[in-house]
Amino acid sequence: MKIPEADPHLSPSAEPPVLRVSGLCKSYRNLLAVDHISFDLHRGEIVGLLGPNGAGKTTTINMILGVLAPTSGTVHIAGIDLGRQRSRALARTSFAAVYAALPGNLTVRQNLRVFGLIYGVKDLTPRIASLLEEFDLVRLRDIKCGLLSSGEQTRVALAKAMLNRPELLLLDEPTASLDPSAAQAARARVRALALERQCGILWTSHNMYEVEEVCNRVLFLSRGRILLEGDPRQLPYEHGARTLEELFIRLAREPLVAGVAP
Amino acid sequence: MRLRPIAGVVLRQFYLMRGSPVRVLPMFAWVAIDIVLWGFITRYLNSVAGARINFVASLLGAVLMWDFFTRIMQGVTTAFLEDVWSRNFLNFFATPLAISEYVLGLVVTSITTSLIGLAVMLALATTLFGLPFFSLGLALAPFLLTLFLFGIALGILASALVLRLGPASEWMVWPLPALISPFVGVFYPLATLPSWMQAVARVLPPSYVFEDMRAIVTGRSFAFGPLLGGIALAVLQIVLCAGFFVRVYHYAVRSGLLARYSAESAS
Repeated sequence: MKIPEADPHLSPSAEPPVLRVSGLCKSYRNLLAVDHISFDLHRGEIVGLLGPNGAGKTTTINMILGVLAPTSGTVHIAGIDLGRQRSRALARTSFAAVYAALPGNLTVRQNLRVFGLIYGVKDLTPRIASLLEEFDLVRLRDIKCGLLSSGEQTRVALAKAMLNRPELLLLDEPTASLDPSAAQAARARVRALALERQCGILWTSHNMYEVEEVCNRVLFLSRGRILLEGDPRQLPYEHGARTLEELFIRLAREPLVAGVAP
Repeated sequence: MRLRPIAGVVLRQFYLMRGSPVRVLPMFAWVAIDIVLWGFITRYLNSVAGARINFVASLLGAVLMWDFFTRIMQGVTTAFLEDVWSRNFLNFFATPLAISEYVLGLVVTSITTSLIGLAVMLALATTLFGLPFFSLGLALAPFLLTLFLFGIALGILASALVLRLGPASEWMVWPLPALISPFVGVFYPLATLPSWMQAVARVLPPSYVFEDMRAIVTGRSFAFGPLLGGIALAVLQIVLCAGFFVRVYHYAVRSGLLARYSAESAS
């Protein structure tokens, strides 16, 4: 499958961003997990949220999904304030994450039907049939999700994430358990979604090759703060690194070094 | 409140039951065993006591009503625990599903499952042991309604406690009906209880049900007023328990407990 070309110079359109995060903070007693981060995500744009383990990526995603309340700051999805109109905002959103597997005791088709109803998807039966086809799940449709391989479960999670034709899609390490071929196919689908349906996508990954290939823009997060932002293909050269991975490692270690330096 | 998300919550439970005999069996198996056991006990007591007291109507009727109440409560709790056991909170609560829609979905599931249990209990108690249940006709409605409403309230309260205290706390909520039973006088008049227990009984709607049922069975006169008060009390308790569930949910969202539920702690 050919990966649609990424447009590194994608410019923000005039309409409001599909996601606007403003001054988002999350603290737990003595720990500041997310520290005043702000960014916009536009329609058709794929933004990579990068950072070492514990940088605050998943905390940020959980706040955007409404399952974690921020200590301060706001999240607007398609112009709708998540804090005030949660259901309206989340109807335009969807997500897939390695740590949020669909119930393993329901079949693929049953899970898609249940979540389709919850999202209020119209013409649900043909929608499910089309997604089963698109994600190569037809032969697995009557198998319980808990019996599928991790790669197959990821495909089901992605199919579920597409059910409501989201305007904003949050993908937390969506290809972590996929083989290279399946991962490439998943990336192609996600890119096509961004390009054809003008869906905004927030993507976390530890695979820098993947990030360079897929993302229009990246945000480097460390200790809950955005350290750096830019085009993943240009950033390494602008900061004296040979590759994005080298830049990642340097940025991941720098704050720690700074923290212990005299 | 929207119907389709509620239907989604109920459909999930239906799928789980349809494919799983171990979920279907408890809907009627334990209550059926209870009815058979108490059916024989009451038959024996009738033979010993002669015709002075009809234990079938008083004891077996009380067991049936109490089992109906516990099925309602457990129907709500079990439906909620299905989401705990399958770690489904993140999937459900990151959708447009409103908390009221979720709770209503649990209640609708409980109505369905407990009606199945009630039908089995009635079939056994009336055909095998001659319980004159239907002779009361529509007069039974307020009694069943009171137990139904209180069962819903207690089921929501139990679910809120599990949400707040973590998955391992489920053992604490199963015995809740047993904890309440001494206070509501399932098998004896409330006058038997010490005064402090009678005071507790006044805020428990089933007390009014069993007191009035005993009056009917023994041919004494009774007033519907206290029973209607019991219904009002049960409605109030549903509102309070639903409010408590919402409060616990907001705490779980604020503290991070919902996002990391399996950790059983937000700290």
